[in-house]
Amino acid sequence: MAIKVLERRPLSFLEKTYIPQIIAGLQVTWQNLVRPPVTLQYPEQRPTIPAGYRGVPTLVYDPNGREKCVSCQLCEFVCPPKAIRITPGEILETADNTHVEKAPKEFEINMLRCIYCGLCQEVCPEEAIWLQGQYSMTGTSRESMVNDKKRLYELGGTLPDSHYKWDKKKAEAEKQEGGHH
Amino acid sequence: MEQILNDLVLSTAWYFAMARGLLVIIILMSIAAYSVLLERKASAWIQGRVGPNRTSHPVVAWIPFVGNFLMKGGFIQPAADGLKFLFKEEPMPGHVRKFFYVLAPCIAIAPALISLVMLPFGQLPSGQIITLCPGADVGVLFMFAISSLGVYGIALAGWSANSKYPFLGAVRGSAQLISYELALGVSVLTVFLATASPDQDNALSLVSMVNAQTGAWNILYHPVAALIFLICVFAEANRHPFDMPESETDLVGGFHTEYGAFKFGLFFVAEYSHMVIGSSLFILMFLGGWHILPWIPTVGTGIIATLLGLGSFFFKLFLFLFFFVWVRWTVPRFRYDQVMRIGWRVLLPIAVANLIAYFIFYAIKG
Repeated sequence: MAIKVLERRPLSFLEKTYIPQIIAGLQVTWQNLVRPPVTLQYPEQRPTIPAGYRGVPTLVYDPNGREKCVSCQLCEFVCPPKAIRITPGEILETADNTHVEKAPKEFEINMLRCIYCGLCQEVCPEEAIWLQGQYSMTGTSRESMVNDKKRLYELGGTLPDSHYKWDKKKAEAEKQEGGHH
Repeated sequence: MEQILNDLVLSTAWYFAMARGLLVIIILMSIAAYSVLLERKASAWIQGRVGPNRTSHPVVAWIPFVGNFLMKGGFIQPAADGLKFLFKEEPMPGHVRKFFYVLAPCIAIAPALISLVMLPFGQLPSGQIITLCPGADVGVLFMFAISSLGVYGIALAGWSANSKYPFLGAVRGSAQLISYELALGVSVLTVFLATASPDQDNALSLVSMVNAQTGAWNILYHPVAALIFLICVFAEANRHPFDMPESETDLVGGFHTEYGAFKFGLFFVAEYSHMVIGSSLFILMFLGGWHILPWIPTVGTGIIATLLGLGSFFFKLFLFLFFFVWVRWTVPRFRYDQVMRIGWRVLLPIAVANLIAYFIFYAIKG
């Protein structure tokens, strides 16, 4: 490849005095000065959180109000900093969704350990654990930084569902049972 | 002896002098405090931020509308900063030379306050000049002599702190102040050459300098001298782009690295006082002092003329202090060798050439 030598123009007298450059610089800073500030007044003004933001992990209900977690404990096992503790429990036989069989009796996420990696959301076969828009977790003690099941559902709320996996399974089972008769 | 004591304690003139002195010190201190606020606010605006707008006090917040304005403008902030400096723990590092370590901030602030006595601010309704030392006819010489003593504070602080960064900062600061003092003095000579005549009384006083500017301001006749003086004022006040003694990116905090609490506060006030005094000098010598505009002087006597004069002086001072901040965020810091090169090989020759040119001009003009 041919080497192209660039002729560097020698500085003119005015440029050597710096003065035109300094005046141009003053103009630039002045333009910055009259522009409105770009910062937010944080506690009063909050930033808009984009969709798909990965904030605090939460547990969600499906649109029918069924708790989606089946306490398979995959998230507990995958969690790199071991922030999740699940105590599995059974679903009562009298309940509507007794065919799901299991639900967490207690579900704790220690936010002092959580690294917001999102692996729990990725691994969840039930789409029950979601990292959502909450970005600021504060507390006055170590205990208050551990989100228990109640708090996790408060933070999570209800998310739309496109599968209704367990409703389909129930319908399937009922159909098969009907075919026998 | 008894006579001297009587004169000191009983003479009313002495009390008036003390009251005037206190008043001027209070004014200077509050200007210095509020120029810190100006610095923080203007820096924030230039960087697209808002600046201090949270500090308030229940009593102030209680005032409708005004209280909110004072909070948003950060006007309570200097008081909070000052109180912080006062009530902070005063650490004394184990490795310092204690006597000189304590002495240094006092030596830094004393010249700043002393050189104030020569500053004229305006005219009283009676036509008398508002200054602490009205009769003095060597105003400028005295101010240069005293205000360059401020470097002893820096040198002593750097040496007594007994650690390498303060020491380097002090060495740089001393070298810089000595280098720029020369160009400063020579550029001022040019102006006095024009305004003072040999047979005149008070030839070197700042008041006669201001009185000579009722028509055109000196900056129009002496633009080169004004530019050199301006650059030297930046260097003397240790402001960007000449903040060699501090230069926090390479010297931590420079000469005041080892200082904290109120001792640091004293250095801080001294630095801003130097800014105020330097800009006052520039205004008095080149920007017409208390005259409103070129060819529109504040003349005559009466309360309105006094207020107009004081107002235009302090308005110019405000603009000049803002200019210090504006330049700070525009021009990056010079390297140390560049500072020395500009001082000795550029500014001083230009100042001398300028002086000689004016010499020849006035010699021919006669």
